[in-house]
Amino acid sequence: MASNSSGSDSSDRQRIAQQRLSVIAGHLQRPVEGNSGILAAECKAQGDKLDVSSERRTVPRRRQEIMKWNGWGYSDSKFLYNKKGQAEFTGKRYRLSGMIIPGLREWMESTFGANLQHKTPAAPILNSSVVQPPTLNEAFLKELKSTGIPFSHDAEDRVFRSHGHCLHEIFALREGKIGRVPDLVVWPNCHNDVVKIVELACKHNVCLIPYGGGTSVSSALECPPEETRSIVSLDTSQMNRILWIDEKNLTAHVEAGIVGQDLERLLNESGYCTGHEPDSMEFSSLGGWVATRASGMKKNIYGNIEDLVVHIKMVTPRGVIEKSCQGPRMSTGPDVHHFIMGSEGTLGVVTEVTMKIRPMPEYQKYGSVVFPNFEMGVACLREVARQRCAPASIRLMDNEQFKFGHALKPQVSSIFTSFLDGLKKFYITKFKGFDPNRLCVATLLFEGDREKVLQHEKQVYDIAAKFGGLAAGEDNGQRGYMLTFVIAYLRDLGMDYYVIGESFETSMPWDRVLDICRNVKARIVRECKDKGVQFPPLSTCRVTQTYDAGACVYFYFAFNYRGLSDPVHVYEQVEHAAREEILANGGSLSHHHGVGKLRKEWMRETISSVGMGMLKSVKDYVDPNNIFGNRNLL
Amino acid sequence: MASKAVYSHRDPMLKKRDDFEDMLEERRNSSDLRYALKCYTPVLYKGLTPCKVSELKQMVLQSDQLGYVITQVSKEKGMTSDEVTGEAAAILEEMAQRLQLSTVRFFAFTLSKVFKTLFRSICINEEGLQRLQQAIHNHPVVLLPSHRSYMDFLLMSYILYTYDLALPVIAAGMDFMGMKVVGEMLRMSGAFFIRRSFGGDKLYWAVFSEYVKIMLKNGYAPVEFFLEGTRSRTAKSLTPKLGLLNIVMDPFLKGEVFDISLVPVSISYERTLEEALYARELLGVPKPKESTSGLFKARKILSEDYGSIHVYFGQPVSVRSLAESRVNRSQFNLIPRHIPTRPSEEILSFVNDSAYRLVRAQEENMVLKPWVLLAFVLLQKQAAEEKQGTALDELTEQAVWLRDLSRQYGAFLHWPDHIPPSEVVSSSLSLHRGLVRISEGRVQLALEQVGGQQVPGETRGAITPEEELLNKAVVILSCASYRNQALNVFIRPALLASAIHTAASNRKQEIYNSFSFLRNMFSNEFILCPGATVQDFEEACYLLVKTGTLQINQQEVLITERGHRTLAFLTSVLDPFLQGYQVVCRFLCEQDGLTEKQFIPAVRKFIIKHLLTGRLGYIEVLSSDLQKNALAALIRLGTVQKIKGGEEQGTLKLNKVMLNSLEDTLGGKLPTQKSVVAHL
Repeated sequence: MASNSSGSDSSDRQRIAQQRLSVIAGHLQRPVEGNSGILAAECKAQGDKLDVSSERRTVPRRRQEIMKWNGWGYSDSKFLYNKKGQAEFTGKRYRLSGMIIPGLREWMESTFGANLQHKTPAAPILNSSVVQPPTLNEAFLKELKSTGIPFSHDAEDRVFRSHGHCLHEIFALREGKIGRVPDLVVWPNCHNDVVKIVELACKHNVCLIPYGGGTSVSSALECPPEETRSIVSLDTSQMNRILWIDEKNLTAHVEAGIVGQDLERLLNESGYCTGHEPDSMEFSSLGGWVATRASGMKKNIYGNIEDLVVHIKMVTPRGVIEKSCQGPRMSTGPDVHHFIMGSEGTLGVVTEVTMKIRPMPEYQKYGSVVFPNFEMGVACLREVARQRCAPASIRLMDNEQFKFGHALKPQVSSIFTSFLDGLKKFYITKFKGFDPNRLCVATLLFEGDREKVLQHEKQVYDIAAKFGGLAAGEDNGQRGYMLTFVIAYLRDLGMDYYVIGESFETSMPWDRVLDICRNVKARIVRECKDKGVQFPPLSTCRVTQTYDAGACVYFYFAFNYRGLSDPVHVYEQVEHAAREEILANGGSLSHHHGVGKLRKEWMRETISSVGMGMLKSVKDYVDPNNIFGNRNLL
Repeated sequence: MASKAVYSHRDPMLKKRDDFEDMLEERRNSSDLRYALKCYTPVLYKGLTPCKVSELKQMVLQSDQLGYVITQVSKEKGMTSDEVTGEAAAILEEMAQRLQLSTVRFFAFTLSKVFKTLFRSICINEEGLQRLQQAIHNHPVVLLPSHRSYMDFLLMSYILYTYDLALPVIAAGMDFMGMKVVGEMLRMSGAFFIRRSFGGDKLYWAVFSEYVKIMLKNGYAPVEFFLEGTRSRTAKSLTPKLGLLNIVMDPFLKGEVFDISLVPVSISYERTLEEALYARELLGVPKPKESTSGLFKARKILSEDYGSIHVYFGQPVSVRSLAESRVNRSQFNLIPRHIPTRPSEEILSFVNDSAYRLVRAQEENMVLKPWVLLAFVLLQKQAAEEKQGTALDELTEQAVWLRDLSRQYGAFLHWPDHIPPSEVVSSSLSLHRGLVRISEGRVQLALEQVGGQQVPGETRGAITPEEELLNKAVVILSCASYRNQALNVFIRPALLASAIHTAASNRKQEIYNSFSFLRNMFSNEFILCPGATVQDFEEACYLLVKTGTLQINQQEVLITERGHRTLAFLTSVLDPFLQGYQVVCRFLCEQDGLTEKQFIPAVRKFIIKHLLTGRLGYIEVLSSDLQKNALAALIRLGTVQKIKGGEEQGTLKLNKVMLNSLEDTLGGKLPTQKSVVAHL
């Protein structure tokens, strides 16, 4: 970025960029006035920056205006049982919104032994009086005020930024229990604001915890209880502009606070996309992706975050770190980007990122394949990976998850559809002899130009056929992907009825996929039994990513906790045991969720003592006073 | 004295054991034919992928594991991989079982007939079978029976068939294959054959281990083998062999199955079929090669009464829980699992400890008959040279005393309490009338008559003193094989008693040193888990204090008034072994340039000489088992070295200073000095 240079070079670029802006402006539907004015006022130093984005921000400063304080996602969207006792998904945002899901109740009852009579409602509103009064660093506050950067020490604002979405975090909130929360929330508007905040924090020895989308599932956002300094949550959500798009090089320079859905929507308006779609993309932010080494479901085409990033700018207590050029690959010693990616907010704040972009795909097609059993399914995915012909996304659910997916089918309006469904089921189980208690299903998503997609599709289905797979329609596939976005809402429904659960992920070499899936699922069942869980747990998995040398597997684990005095503790013990099992069987500590504080204890055995020392020395150099004191990772 | 929690320290008297049912009872009351043809539908492993015997072989030959070794071997030997694969297939062909239900049914029928004539009852703990059934359903199962008789594995399959449990595949020694028809029959009843030694043969090892693992992992059938490797001729448990245990634990350690259940099975015979055979073998009459005709000659056996058999199916032991916080399974993460690797120290010591634990579990559930206690008394009397024998009521009194003692030590004793002790004693004696002689109300071992009976064709007059001695020894070793069944009950207290006896003072530390020395010395002789000295010492102290033999405070160990009898008994338990090891040391001191091969015959000659001149009291020292164990212990302790390779291959290099000092220490002439212990 040439933000500070003033040569002819710079003005040239400005001119070109302005031209482009006018082109792009044509795509935009309704730019909101006023906002750019505010921005200009707040970020005068970057007057030459171009905000190419339209102004429909998803995430307001006061998140509570649209989001739940003690559950997942939008306040208007949730599962509930209506008066007739049928499950229903409220709101208007999703394809499933407003629909009845007839099978869900029976599935919940039979899977968990849950019962509509036994409710465990959450505390309805946040009781501000249980929130500890903020420990404010007055000198810091005074200087912060003088910068004009917005901030707040309102209890609700602080509580919102004190947690991610781990089970224990949400469970505590539902019970109205609030632990250590940040003392102050600041909303920088641009890179320079962040520079100022970090300088002030260093000067006054204040602890900074960067906050992006708040979707962490590794306890990364939890305030260390032992922290005695004033904790300031640095909320990047207002740094959400696309600063420029470079069509020649197919890159976009974006502020790191932008959330996934906005980034994609805004780029789509210009005819582009990044293709980075983690399951949390509605709420998770670009900076968060970088800080945790995120992975998107379509990585087979677009790559994971480390493949997508061309340039990163991060503000650290030592100053700003960035590379001097945007070459696509460099041999300049260890890649400093790799100190930043996965640093989990321990080194600084990622403020701006240059990312690769692609023209939007001409054609998308969903698909699905039914396999007689999980083993065949994995063998097929392996073959697909070997031939390097994986579609944009390919995922394999196990039998339990297949049944779960089935239970989430919305009510069908036409008799014809339900008749067809019945016919399909008959064909697969009776005619083809698939055991309904063993079969499993892979969901597929193809992208590209139409002809190639169709060709590709045929190739994949041909491979699947060799492993006993039967094409099972676009619908099943599409529903599978839609469910990724609503599944997080489902946990809140479970928690209303004594069911708690969570998912966790790992990656492993191909030859261990089946062993890990089997052993971890069995371990979960056994641990639940040992820990006194009264009902058999749901213990299921799916393969969500394929690589040349291995795969990523997600486990879902939930149980009915009636009869347990400390269900969260039991949950944590079981998850801990499951992780031990993963590691013992050659799985990784994390594929993309990160380490946070939840998985810290395994870091040394994961990366060796020398590895720990390397990371530690980087931390010691970059942040000797532990200003970025969230204590993640190390 | 940091203690590792390998064994839980609990009162052995409180051990809960299941009740027995006689499975022959039903056989006596209903048709054997109908039984042999009954509907057989066992519960199978829940993760089973059914496959045929031939498919199993294909799976082995196509496995990555074997493929890797085939490539390796073909490179080394300059053969094509097809040729090596051919070799592998031939090995597999020679090895593989061909389990067939029809053969099993045939055996079920014949064995019913045989068992009914031979045995009064075959008692099984049915709860153990229920646990086994559950275990088979949940995880791959390994059956680990004790091995005292050829009968063992036929008996096992017979029981499992009777109770509708999955039939096992059984690792059997190649020597069985010599018997043509029987070998094939055994193969068809689930036996697979392994060569006794295949040390360096990579290919053989790969085929064998892969074959076992594939059957186990797929839940094809429970895998059965004998931890002790071979039949124990002495009825003492043998030091466990680790090879197969290592193989069956591997799939768990490498994450290929969630868990594996190891089921120790204790088979105890009231009278062993091979009784005299074993004794002769130990005395140097080589074991007859197994042959079909030899087996038929054994028909004579059919006319005798062999009492009852007790089979106890122990608590399944989960490999996962054994390994928990013991083994770091992630050590297998960095090498593809199909590449064979030498097990790490950690794994070896884990497998070794597990093996000991399992053998101890076998021992603990071994049913002891009153005769076992009588054998103790009779042998001790014999050694004390009480020529005129023991009065029946004295024998009864001593047996009752020993009954109470052994029960307090946790022995699984089947003493019918509702029958007067004198009757119990006389019925035991009558079952073993070949070994005892009763005249004028006095009992002693039948040392004189036996000679004429057992060596037909020789006139009694021509017998040499040496032959006479050997004939006596046959009876004594037969009798010892019954006494030995209960040695595990007494061994730790006996070691402590002997330690007290040899220690220079009653200071606890000194006694511990002495205990530790003896325990170390005898750890090839008895099942004493390596590294568990402290636990064993504590266990022994606990038992002796509990039974009022000793009082132990911080510093000292004191013998109580009534403790002397117990201590005298316990020291005499260990005495023959002490003397035996001593004489082996003496013998070695007098040797030069002895090879390992020459050792047994030479030491036997030496001992015979000493016995005949009356310088040695215990005839049972003639047991080659004891001699071998002593040598192994000396080699382990570094007192004797085996020279490997070169001209002197197999020659024993002796440290005579050490041998001398050991001999003296064993004889109680030297207190166990720190230096000796430290050196050991």
